[in-house]
This record gives sequence, structure tokens and C-alpha cells, in this order.
Amino acid sequence: MTKIPYFPGCTLKTKARNFEKSALASTGLLGIELTELPRWNCCGAVYPLTSDDLMQCVASVGNLIRVQEMNQTGMVSNEYRLVVLCSMCLNVLKRSHKRMIEQNEQLKKINEFMYLEKEPYKGNVTVVHLLELLKEHGFEKIRDAVKKPLSGLRVSPYYGCALLRPREVGIDDPENPKIQEELLSTLGATVVDNPLKLRCCGSYQTVRDKQLVINLAYDILSRAQDAGAEAISTSCPLCSFNIDNRQKEIIKNHSEFKPLPVFYFTQLMTVAFGLSQEHCGFEQNHIDPQQLLKDKGVL
Amino acid sequence: MQNQLIPVFILGKKYYVPRGSTFITAMEHVGFKLKKGVGCREGFCGACASLYRLDAEYKLHGGLGCQTVVQPNMQIVQIPFTPVPKVIYNLESIKPDPNVFVAHYPELYRCLSCNTCTKICPQELQVMDFVQATIRGDFALAANLSFDCIMCGLCSARCPSEIAQFNVALLARRIFGKYLVEKGSWLQHRKDEIASGKFDDGYKELVRSSSDQIMKRYYERKIDFDTT
Repeated sequence: MTKIPYFPGCTLKTKARNFEKSALASTGLLGIELTELPRWNCCGAVYPLTSDDLMQCVASVGNLIRVQEMNQTGMVSNEYRLVVLCSMCLNVLKRSHKRMIEQNEQLKKINEFMYLEKEPYKGNVTVVHLLELLKEHGFEKIRDAVKKPLSGLRVSPYYGCALLRPREVGIDDPENPKIQEELLSTLGATVVDNPLKLRCCGSYQTVRDKQLVINLAYDILSRAQDAGAEAISTSCPLCSFNIDNRQKEIIKNHSEFKPLPVFYFTQLMTVAFGLSQEHCGFEQNHIDPQQLLKDKGVL
Repeated sequence: MQNQLIPVFILGKKYYVPRGSTFITAMEHVGFKLKKGVGCREGFCGACASLYRLDAEYKLHGGLGCQTVVQPNMQIVQIPFTPVPKVIYNLESIKPDPNVFVAHYPELYRCLSCNTCTKICPQELQVMDFVQATIRGDFALAANLSFDCIMCGLCSARCPSEIAQFNVALLARRIFGKYLVEKGSWLQHRKDEIASGKFDDGYKELVRSSSDQIMKRYYERKIDFDTT
């Protein structure tokens, strides 16, 4: 088993435990042991909008230092990749790291401020998303692990923003990404393209202006349905909240709207690998996807 | 040794106090009569929270007035109280759910993970770590890391996000203790023993004994710590 440092993020321990459970189970089967950072803190949530706001990077840098510590203590062996599942966490961690290696003055200042740390941040961590790791692992190997191909399941990948933008930290082409499509095809699913797969879900506006998010979610989901999708695949707990949980409000606005199950891509992997359903945590999915999976004969 | 006096700055004014004094005894030596900012004098109550700087250093330190020994040219001041929101809740009806923290202390989510609270804690606790534990609903971790917190308030005074770390941790400990901690079986076992009359004769004997007899028995007792 290859041990790789893994940053869960706050949501994966609470509202999105299903994302973490399914990720750990499916990667475990592939021989990847996602090893949780010891003593991690919040990623920082939002990358600072001004170039002189250094305080907001402190949270991220602390986590990057933990990766160094894991190597020092032997929790991992010469492994400076940090795997992240949540798109928002990936975005903040990657951009903070980038600022540290591009702005030496700021790195020095932040290391000075974080004097309680056992060592300064040396700028040697690579933040990767699980999708990137899986691609590097090889989709052929993933295909070999599939016991229950998701044949006939018409899934539409949804990307949102944080995974692809800004360009310097995006994990795929921001205009025409293919990585989720490749994974889903490997799992045997039928990929349905949604022209609104890159449309923002509304992000944190969900706490300030619910209606905005409801409108965006309705557009994103109904376009996917028009194209023939039976389910959505996503990688971000915030997107998932906005397009899954908010469906109960969409129905109030649009009575003809039919609920559309929203999966984390790792849940689909877990099902396709034939692993026990308890690793999927479907009870946390707002629209219950179990009937759909049963109809396709994979559950 | 007792005659050696060293200079310290109390509220910015220079005084000479006996070497080896704590902040409290130094202040009382020069005539301060303390009503607030002093308590148990044993390092347990958290009343004597203080800030200090060492001679010509820029770093600001937090310490307990009854525990911290003065150094020459130290600058000291007391912070007897830090105002924080005190949220009223009913422990009987509260649910041990991660949302309990955001429901009662929403400013908790302003935490920047800057570690300022950890730096100032006179008990050297991992304050940021237990704050982060409450943010992700890990009651056990928050309770264990904050166990030695004496609620002195310095963390909250320094926090850029204006969180009341010690109140949040108190809520975590209360919920953990009431709903989540594994209950020991020994209490019920002892209650059953008492109810069965196991200690009745011994108790009656003690009550009948004279104070000399009791003292003798006390000092001759066998000390046997059973930690199982």
C-alpha cells in the first residue's frame, strides 16, 4: 500500500462523511492508503482576495507544514504530495502554496509569524486532487478493479469552479475538462454532457441569498436532465449541498422538476468496485440514489 | 537572597521588588491592594491572567500572576477580565451534534488558524487545536485538549476573530461529559455495595471510636492505589 498524506477538511468530517468514507474505501482497494494529516486545521476556506492579506494564508501553510512533519516522523516515506478531496480546500491550499513559492518575502514573513511550528514551510509540497492522483495511477488499473460496471447509468459530471479555476491551479482544462468523464467511462457508466457543467453553483451565496442558488441549481440540473442524465457526479461538498440539498426548494419553485440524485465520484467508484454499501454513506445524500442504483442492477 | 531587589515595571512604573516574587506578590510588596485579578494563588482559578514583556524584547507573553516569577526589567500588567458573549443553553435539551457550536457561537467560524490563542495561553494548551476540533464537531478531542483550561480569558482578548475560545471549549466539555463519555461502572458497583450493607459495620465502628483511635487508624493505614 502506498501511503500518501491526505487532508480531509472540515466538511468531510461532518456533512460530507459519505465523501470521505467512499474515497477511503475505493482508494484502499487500489492500493492507495490515504493517510490523514496529524493535527490538521481548516484549510482557510477562502483564498484571500487581496495580495497583501497574508493572515488568511496561515491556515493553509500550517497544513502544508504537517506534510513535512509526516515525512520527518516516518508516517510517510519521502512523499510530499498532499491529496485533497474537497474542491474548495484544494483551491485554497494550492493557491496558498503557490504564493509561498512565488513570493519569498511573504514566505519568510509567514514562517516568522508561525514560530511555534517545529520547522518552517520549505515550499516542497504538491497539492493534488484525488482525480489527478487516480489519472496518474492509471485508468486501466481502475478498470481492472471494476466488479459491477455502471452500465446503463447515465451520469453527467459537474465541475463547478474551484476545481478548474484559476487556470494556474485548475486540475484540467477550464473550458473543456475531461477528467471526470474519463473516470466515469472507466467505471462503465454512460457519460452525458451538460453544457452547464462549468456553471458556478452559487458557492457561499447559499447562506446569504438562497434564491440565487436555487435558480442556478435548477438551471444546472434541468439542462443535465434535458440531455438525458439520470444522475450527477461531483467532487465538492459545497456544490453538492447547493445542487443536492437545495432540490427540496427547487421543487417548491418548479413543481414539474424531477429530483436528480447527486453522487460524489468516489461513491460511484465504491459501487463499481463492488464494495459494501456502508462505505457509501448514502444516508447523507439528500436525494436518495439507492433506487436508481438498484434499477441499474449495481446495488 | 531575600534582600536582593530587582526592578520591574508595573503598569509602566518602575518598582523594586524582592527577587523570586511572583507578579502578585511583587504588586502587593509595593503597595497594590488586589481585589480583582487575584484568587486562589495556586494556579487553578484563572483570576490573575497577566500580560508581560521581558527586558527589551518585542514578544508579548501571557502568564498567571500567582505563578510567574518576575525577571529584572520585566513589564507586567494584569488582565483580570475579558468580556465575552455568554450564551445561555439548557444542557438537558441540547443535542450532541456538531451544529451546536455554530448555533451558539457563530463567530467560531471566523477562526483564521493563526495560533495567536495558543501563543498567549498561560497553561501552554493547544488552544487553536481544540477550537479547530469544535469547528469540525470532534467533542472528544476538544474536551481532552481543553481539559486544563482555567478560563483566564487571555486567548479571547488576543483573538483577531473575537472568539471566546474558553466558552466554546466549556460547551464541548459539558456535552462530552454528559452525552458522550463512556460511563464508568465503578460508581454503580460502589452504590450496590453500600446498599448491600457491606460498609455498615465498619462505619458504625468508626462512629463509636474516639478521636485518638481514629487518628491512630488514619496514620497507620495501608495506602493501596488500585488503578484498575
